[in-house]
Amino acid sequence: MLLDAKIPGGPLASKWSEHILHSKLVNPANKRKYHVLVVGSGLAGASAAATLAELGYQVSCFCFQDSPRRAHSIAAQGGINAAKNYPNDGDSVARLFYDTIKGGDFRSREANVHRLAEVSSNIIDQCVAQGVPFAREYSGLLDNRSFGGAPVSRTFYARGQTGQQLLLGAYQALSRQIGLGTVKMHPRTELLDLIVVDGACRGIVVRDLVSGQISSHLGDAVVLGTGGYSNVFYLSTNALGCNTTAIWRAHRRGAGFANPCYTQIHPTCIPQSGDYQSKLTLMSESLRNDGRIWVPRTPGDRRNPANIPDGERDYYLERLYPSFGNLCPRDIASRRAKEQVDSGRGVGELSNGVYLDFSEAIGRLGQPTIQARYGNLFDMYARITGEDPYRVPMRIYPAPHYTMGGLWVDYNLMSTIPGLHVVGEANFSDHGANRLGASALMQGLADGYFVLPVTIGNYLAGPRPAPLAADAAAVRAVEDEVRQRVSKLVDNDGDLSPTHFHRELGRIVWNYCGMGRNAAGLRTALDQIPVLREEFHARVRVPGSGESLNQALERAGRVADYFELAELLCRDALEREESCGGHFREEHQTEEGEARRDDVNFAHVAVWEWTGASGQQRRHTEPLAYEAVELTQRSYK
Amino acid sequence: MNLILHVWRQASPTARGRFETYTANDVNEEMSFLEMLDVVNEQLIANNQEPIAFEHDCREGICGSCGVVVNGEPHGPHRGGATCQLHLRHFKSGDEIWIEPFRAKAFPVLKDLIVDRGALDRIIQAGGYVSVRTGSAPDANAVLVPKQYAEQAMNAAECIGCGACVAACPNAAAMLFTAAKVSHLALLPQGQPERTQRVEGMVARVNAEAFGHCTNHGACEAACPKGISVDFIARLNRELLKAAVLPPQEP
Ligand SMILES: Cc1cc2nc3c(=O)[nH]c(=O)nc-3n(C[C@H](O)[C@H](O)[C@H](O)COP(=O)(O)OP(=O)(O)OC[C@H]3O[C@@H](n4cnc5c(N)ncnc54)[C@H](O)[C@@H]3O)c2cc1C
Ligand code: FES
Repeated sequence: MLLDAKIPGGPLASKWSEHILHSKLVNPANKRKYHVLVVGSGLAGASAAATLAELGYQVSCFCFQDSPRRAHSIAAQGGINAAKNYPNDGDSVARLFYDTIKGGDFRSREANVHRLAEVSSNIIDQCVAQGVPFAREYSGLLDNRSFGGAPVSRTFYARGQTGQQLLLGAYQALSRQIGLGTVKMHPRTELLDLIVVDGACRGIVVRDLVSGQISSHLGDAVVLGTGGYSNVFYLSTNALGCNTTAIWRAHRRGAGFANPCYTQIHPTCIPQSGDYQSKLTLMSESLRNDGRIWVPRTPGDRRNPANIPDGERDYYLERLYPSFGNLCPRDIASRRAKEQVDSGRGVGELSNGVYLDFSEAIGRLGQPTIQARYGNLFDMYARITGEDPYRVPMRIYPAPHYTMGGLWVDYNLMSTIPGLHVVGEANFSDHGANRLGASALMQGLADGYFVLPVTIGNYLAGPRPAPLAADAAAVRAVEDEVRQRVSKLVDNDGDLSPTHFHRELGRIVWNYCGMGRNAAGLRTALDQIPVLREEFHARVRVPGSGESLNQALERAGRVADYFELAELLCRDALEREESCGGHFREEHQTEEGEARRDDVNFAHVAVWEWTGASGQQRRHTEPLAYEAVELTQRSYK
Repeated sequence: MNLILHVWRQASPTARGRFETYTANDVNEEMSFLEMLDVVNEQLIANNQEPIAFEHDCREGICGSCGVVVNGEPHGPHRGGATCQLHLRHFKSGDEIWIEPFRAKAFPVLKDLIVDRGALDRIIQAGGYVSVRTGSAPDANAVLVPKQYAEQAMNAAECIGCGACVAACPNAAAMLFTAAKVSHLALLPQGQPERTQRVEGMVARVNAEAFGHCTNHGACEAACPKGISVDFIARLNRELLKAAVLPPQEP
């Protein structure tokens, strides 16, 4: 597997502008002769589809929801970063670059991250021009706040619904193109496979989720913006439909899968309340700006929090990290919470949370200010738990949230399959081993609005592959494979539901490959997953037919792919004999319990190549060269 | 707690639907309404029956996927929340619950509780945007937006596009949905240049779909999970009137 990252030469700060200058251009009059298939209508997919159509390409866009506006990006709460430096607190492109590299624990590509920081400001301009109602000051200027891991206030937000407003902006831009006829939208359509002919990606095979019809779409390039795979843990903060199918099928057709073990556990979610639970709800990290995290000093202290005096509380983040305190990065905040709960200091009915306490902030700023800042989050919490967080401290616990790993892409955002591009959370590119808060929205929109529309020309303006007929044998063969997979699930003489298997799989992955990982546990997982997978294929039951709307079938197909991904996730975690960012190997920690990286042996991207069967992938590496930054141990003390 | 459910089952858009009765046993009040349906569905699968099809994704009230009528009310007997945010705390053991899809001519049933809300997307496609090409925007702070306008625009922009307003309206009108988008953009300086054509285009699209006409019932506001105010409908009407009577260039 050839891993040429195609990083441009020259000084870091001018790589992107040089690359734009030297990128191939498709003649404006010719653009309409190129058909681009964009799978996904989240921030990354919708922004890419709209922008490519504005440029003149013919675009088809696909999503599994009934409307592109419902992509999972809609749920992002807290905000989006940009190096605008409006607050004049010392921000710059260089600082955003550095914070992101450091936050990612020095496991991302310098050139990509610098480009991200460079285009961040344009994103805010674009979104404001679209009518995104960001929070403002009384002057009418845009307001900013600070977010986990950042020493400056560079986060733009729209109440607690930033993702919603940004996605609606992109959706509206997309809708405009749909109205103009330059984008053909295919909602309720799920990608189930990719068509790769002579090594190039030529199209996709999809299932119409209403009629069950399986068909193929051919194009000159395919873009996947299909999001992350946190639902491999079963319970996560992601929407229930989020799946790995698109990127997994691409992987099986030859796309390298990078760093699958880099998963992010978000520190502030509502703890689980029972076995029936279908998802975990995130409480935006912005809450850590004003909330103080603590547990009782004495294990097993079941007193009402109001009756626990200050001296008997442990504000453990403030104690361990005096300079960042409650705002230390997510991986650290999560692991420290687990430590407290594991040591018996957990709070709540099931002793499975820590307190996030606003009483001090309410005392200092008054309830109206807190209400203006977080009102909708407080309401959400009250609705779910039945408790009033203005009076009783919130209870929080970490939950799977984001996946930094994903399909490997070069600087042009192209995977190892020529013609197949990957944007947003689905690729691995910018966040290294840990993503900073408010950086995913930034990356999704950077990829879709500003990067891919330039870099895709480098592929499209190259030599065109031989024409491919819609009924070519190579196309039919993939369609037939998909039909067989679907019938196998529907016709299986099983007795257990897809959800049953998903829950069991999630339990294994969470227990052995969650916040803390060790070799023995990972080996156990690697023993258990294939056994459960066999059982799944033998015993899964999908009532109904494949020729109609069938949600159990959709679920079963997604779970089947999660089984294979889970195995790779654990193998990657086992092979990476170091701790970095969200990947914490218990064997590799400092005396103070911090992650210990091994820059000599692991300053690389691990890229897995499919060789024909699950569990048999071959590991390749892309070395990470650092020119601008010095590798240090992250310190937030 | 135990609940008796009467659930609308309909195999396809053309099939005849009917209510089927199920029991949800040993569910608890911490559960969400959709988690209760999950439990019933697991039971149905165990009995080799087709699970109840219902739409959902985020399960936190923001994506607008979910939406069923519970005991005659879109999103059920709570205010300011989507179906996925409804908890069983609102019910007591032994309750009988009627669960139906959103009913409106413009929203044909696809299966069980799932309807086709594509008409709402088509309304946005008819003008619910600002035509700004990527890359052409000025600096974000170049245009000041008074805070109160930004806040009001946000109040309208919060719409999750679930369609409960249509389901609640005795005329099945899409007025609140359309008004929310028209108002969001009309309140901001960025929305001014296309203000006239936007409102005219969107309303023309509404009229071309199978929605009814607004007669100011206000049931939409009561059903809206985001509490979007009917005042925005008044603003829509003003926008429409202005578009009709003012010469196009009038500031
Ligand atoms: C609760 C929550 C809060 C968050 N808050 C923040 C925040 O404050 N700031 C921040 O920066 N980030 C935040 N994030 C992360 C961020 O929201 C996501 O990483 C980002 O939105 C992903 O965007 P995307 O476009 O890559 O994918 P998504 O938005 O997940 O979109 C995926 C798209 O692909 C489609 N799709 C998927 N699979 C298929 C298939 N097989 N066939 C067809 N279509 C398919 C879907 O229909 C969808 O349209 C948050 C995440 C969560 C879960
Ligand atoms: S499932 Fe998203 S709003 Fe209810």
